[in-house]
Amino acid sequence: MTATPSDRLQIAGIDVGGTFTDLILVDPVAGRVRLAKTPTTANQADGVLAALDAAGVDAAALGLIVHGTTTTTNAVLQRRLARTGLITTRGFRDVLELGRRTRPRPYGMTGSFRPVIPRDLRREVTVRMDAEGRVLVALDEDGLRAEIAALLAAGCESLVIHFLHSYANPAHERRAGEIARAMWPNGHVTLGHELLSEAREFERGVTAAVNAAVQPLLERYLARLTEALARRGYPGELLVMNGNGGMVSARMVAREAAKTVMSGPASGVMAAAHVGRRAGFADLLTYDMGGTSTDVALIRGAQPAVSSEIEVEYAMPIHLPMVDVRTVGAGGGSIARVDASGLLRVGPDSAGADPGPICYGRGGTEPTITDANLLLGRLNPAGLTAVEGEAPIAAVRAAFARLGAPLGLEPEDAAAAVLRVANTVMAGAVRMVSLSLGADPRDFVLFAFGGAGPLHATQLARELGIPRVLVPARPGLTNALGCVVADLRHDFVTSVNQPLDRLDIDALHALIARHAEEGRRLIAAESVALAGLRETHALDMQFQGQTHLLRVPLDDPRPDRDMLQRLFESAYAARFRVELTEIRPVLVNVASSVVGMRPDIDLSLLMPRASPAPPASRRVRFGRDWIDTPVFRRESLPGRIEGPAVVEQMDTTILIEPGDLAETDGDGNLLITLAAGGAGAEAGR
Amino acid sequence: MTLDPITLSVIEAGLAQICDEMDLAFSRAAFSPVIAEANDRSDGIYAAGDGALIAQGAGGLPVFVGAMQESTRILIDRIRRGLTLPPEPDDIYIVNDPYLGGTHLMDVRFAMPFWRGGRLWCWLSNTGHWPDIGGAVPGGFSASATAVEQEGLRLPPVKLFKRGRMDPEIYAIITSNIRVADQRIGDVKAQAAALRVGADRLNALLDRYGDGVVEAAIAELARRAEAQMRAHIRTIPEGTWRAEAIVDSDGVVNEPLVIRLSVTRQGDGLVFDFAGSSPPCQGPMNSVEATTLSSVYLAMRHIFPDVAISAGAFRPLKVTGHRGTFLDARYPRPVSGCAAEVSQRIAEAVFLALAPALPDRVTAAPAGTSGNFALGGEDPETGRGYVMYQLSGGGYGGWAGGDGLSNGCSTIGISKAPPVEIMESRFPVLYHRYALREGSGGAGRHRGGFGLDYEIELRRGSARASFVMDHGRVGPPGVLGGGAGAPNEVRVIRGGVVHVPPHLSKEQDIPLGPGDRVRVRTPGGGGHGDPLARDPALVAEEVRLGYYTPDEARALFGVVVGPAGLDAAATAAERAARGGGCQTSTGIASCAPTPNTRR
Repeated sequence: MTATPSDRLQIAGIDVGGTFTDLILVDPVAGRVRLAKTPTTANQADGVLAALDAAGVDAAALGLIVHGTTTTTNAVLQRRLARTGLITTRGFRDVLELGRRTRPRPYGMTGSFRPVIPRDLRREVTVRMDAEGRVLVALDEDGLRAEIAALLAAGCESLVIHFLHSYANPAHERRAGEIARAMWPNGHVTLGHELLSEAREFERGVTAAVNAAVQPLLERYLARLTEALARRGYPGELLVMNGNGGMVSARMVAREAAKTVMSGPASGVMAAAHVGRRAGFADLLTYDMGGTSTDVALIRGAQPAVSSEIEVEYAMPIHLPMVDVRTVGAGGGSIARVDASGLLRVGPDSAGADPGPICYGRGGTEPTITDANLLLGRLNPAGLTAVEGEAPIAAVRAAFARLGAPLGLEPEDAAAAVLRVANTVMAGAVRMVSLSLGADPRDFVLFAFGGAGPLHATQLARELGIPRVLVPARPGLTNALGCVVADLRHDFVTSVNQPLDRLDIDALHALIARHAEEGRRLIAAESVALAGLRETHALDMQFQGQTHLLRVPLDDPRPDRDMLQRLFESAYAARFRVELTEIRPVLVNVASSVVGMRPDIDLSLLMPRASPAPPASRRVRFGRDWIDTPVFRRESLPGRIEGPAVVEQMDTTILIEPGDLAETDGDGNLLITLAAGGAGAEAGR
Repeated sequence: MTLDPITLSVIEAGLAQICDEMDLAFSRAAFSPVIAEANDRSDGIYAAGDGALIAQGAGGLPVFVGAMQESTRILIDRIRRGLTLPPEPDDIYIVNDPYLGGTHLMDVRFAMPFWRGGRLWCWLSNTGHWPDIGGAVPGGFSASATAVEQEGLRLPPVKLFKRGRMDPEIYAIITSNIRVADQRIGDVKAQAAALRVGADRLNALLDRYGDGVVEAAIAELARRAEAQMRAHIRTIPEGTWRAEAIVDSDGVVNEPLVIRLSVTRQGDGLVFDFAGSSPPCQGPMNSVEATTLSSVYLAMRHIFPDVAISAGAFRPLKVTGHRGTFLDARYPRPVSGCAAEVSQRIAEAVFLALAPALPDRVTAAPAGTSGNFALGGEDPETGRGYVMYQLSGGGYGGWAGGDGLSNGCSTIGISKAPPVEIMESRFPVLYHRYALREGSGGAGRHRGGFGLDYEIELRRGSARASFVMDHGRVGPPGVLGGGAGAPNEVRVIRGGVVHVPPHLSKEQDIPLGPGDRVRVRTPGGGGHGDPLARDPALVAEEVRLGYYTPDEARALFGVVVGPAGLDAAATAAERAARGGGCQTSTGIASCAPTPNTRR
């Protein structure tokens, strides 16, 4: 593929987060980077424009804008959805409300659930397909028209058509779609099988319902933003981040709007994969610790793990291929308490952003992880971004005195205990994520970002037996960086459901070829300059009689039967340490991705070189000792520092423990190699 | 040894982590969907001396919460008495005997001695529900067995693995006595591998902190869990709290079985007295002692979910009076209903007794049945036999914070229901409906959740339908003035003729032909608080959504809803005229006094 002039133009990545809208602008011609962090606004488009202004960007000179938005995320979590109707097979309208017969937690019989579409807007029509895709009852077209008219009269803006077994034979859904689109006043008609061609009516139905319910909102938002950018003379294509870690043009994204619901965390992981690859580390565990929670993901061979079974919240599955980001335990705002058994607990309650930790001085009264870091000298009392002026240390100390009293601990000891417990619990959760993906955390580099990630990373790595920690140049702008480096990406999953010994191999080859062709066609329709195309295929397989799937990567798009058998057996043995040669495998799904790779971007621009400056110093507590610790500015780091040290920058604080060795590389990353001694060395801290 | 509070918290997290890793290893590698997807399994660590529970995975099936401590204690005791061979390194015992600390026969336990410095340091054990264990009916849930021999293969503790190697002779005996035996090797390997994962991780924990420190921490953690449970118990007013729960029948004799429970707070302990409950029954609705204890423990953990799962937490809970009743069945009483049904009635009795004492914490009765419908036959299209299970959920009880959840899973389970599309692709059946059961939620200020209403048609061939369900006689009771949820209903439509099982919720081997149908409507949850105190606007909205009819709204909640919506004036008049209390109406969701006060 040939490069076009737009390659050489400026690229802006703009990510909207809960609190801040972040911008990274890369200008390869001038060899310059501009950064901005502005408050997120209710109408996110205003914040985006403000970020462009703050960075002094001339929209007319931009070659490409890639945008990560939480419009759909917020709409789903706060249930501020477009009024949406559902038409489904007679007898099944309550599937969306009944779910899969679960409860929110194993213990405690309480909890509540609100379906995406209320019952009165879920309608039924006479029609029935069986599991083999044979028509049992023809579609009652007049009845369908009446239900569509009723939903229109009820004020619905968006419509879902979701029939049983449409993955096996979509004919009824397609015909219903034709009828609906002729009657519906806008384009907001979602057909269940178009988004996800997999059995499981609840998951497919919820995925389609979420898609329909956020589609009008996303479309309106992007129309406003596109128009505003056009008024500023932006000549290019607006690209939007998807939860699969790829981007797609704003013209096409709304059709599969549900894919954007988890896009924020995905873009951070994509940035990690990119940064890691350039730094020579293809296997990473990403650790993004923020104010209220921590996101963890696994990257192998520079490719983030992808899952099609994400649950956005309790009983809210979105079964589309998305970067597998798991939210675990604590954030900086997690509150420490002593429970009725006299044990110290950290979380799950959080002080959040408001009132936030005590040290924010906004009325918080309960000690948090952030407060503990402050009391132990790890955070700079004068440098908290969220705080006006100096942090109220006396109030923080008093809170830890109250916490420590029943434990017989001095305030500083109580703060150290809070960090110890929080790190242990977080490390356990990170380990479970890693193990559940079949990976031993010790084989990975811990990639730390988010506001609090770099502050805890070395402690966590010690706990996990991970030898190295990588902190990128701009840990607090990682999601925006993900926008800058993201590729174009389209994913396809098709159910096959055949035992290997009866599989039609030619049909499999044809299916894989069809996936690839459709992906290339979609990418060609997006007018973005590319450095190349990459196609990957994988098979979801299981042993006959099992229900859980194992995803097996396929290097050859035209495999033969023996190769499939061998691939599955070795993947199974590697993952579960169990060999089951006695039982025959089944091919369940074929999953393909077609990726349009963007030209590489020079990340060394992210951290302009300043000459090393002598560090400041403050007393920081490590283990039981208070140590006079050098405090560096990130911009003026020497090439190599031996811990203990603290590194401060606009968006985060990095802690380097005694004996650890930190080195900077050409991209401005900090690679911390932990002192030998592994997990045991942590015991006294 | 004195321990600093940090080390204590850290070791507690470390022990929990080991159990979670065992659970994960077991589920991920297990072959059977019952274990891999439904998580019908549990893993834990038990004391070397008496089998006391040290830690158990948080994601394990709740009904195993106390049972494995019993089975380990009995194993240790048998070894001492020379009834079972003593352990050697890398041995793994297999056991499923219900009378030796078990549940039903399908729950197969493995126990592995863990050695440290040449001394038996603790036991690692896990349980997995095998899809079949032999016996009269595939899957093991016979509704009419009258002796345990009819229910399947019963294994006392024997070494399946000897010094790390599986004994092929014992394995051959097992596989010769169970159905679909060729797939069981996958579960056996996974179950053993999970214990080995636990051993590796436990060694790492001990290496890091030292054996003495971990031992001291375990003792201290048990004391702390006990203290925490006692602190919770002190929030219960002093006195005795009574309740009854009713099992429809034992499946053989069509008489209700009654659980009579009194809960007495004595200081900071609770005594659960089951004296006066029905005697052991002929059919399979007996419970064994381990399951009865487990059911009390899991009910308490539902009420106080923050207390760690540990022998210490159970110490303040004394269970008595169950001797001689169907809650302490002995050989050869059949027990296949104990883990799935009787356990839930016991938990329900605990909820009903304690709801008035802890009105802000305890919910009204949940549906409380696993809703087991098994269909076995041969598909003429494939020529192969099949056994289909449709387990179903129901409504949960209302609670102080809101209405009950609809279609929740059993009190003792945590599994997901299989999708209709998967069921129809595997078995020759067609679902005509899979719907919310309207009107089934018990009335209350916070109403119960709704049950499930499904109808299945047999498409071809012949098959036999069996049911092991409960709450067919009376619906799940409400509390604090709330009404009961709708009872379970089974209808078998053969050749257009409707058949109602005489035992209502249990029957075995009903023959079906093509076109015959089964319709099941599962219970709604009980209501919490006075239905006349429910927000009338909410009731009117639920009439609009079709959850209740206008007649039900008036009868159950005293709310008058006309074509134009809520009639506030008529509602006020209706409620004033009632002056509290409410009428039974359509019989769908009755708000009559609940059985625990009526009987």
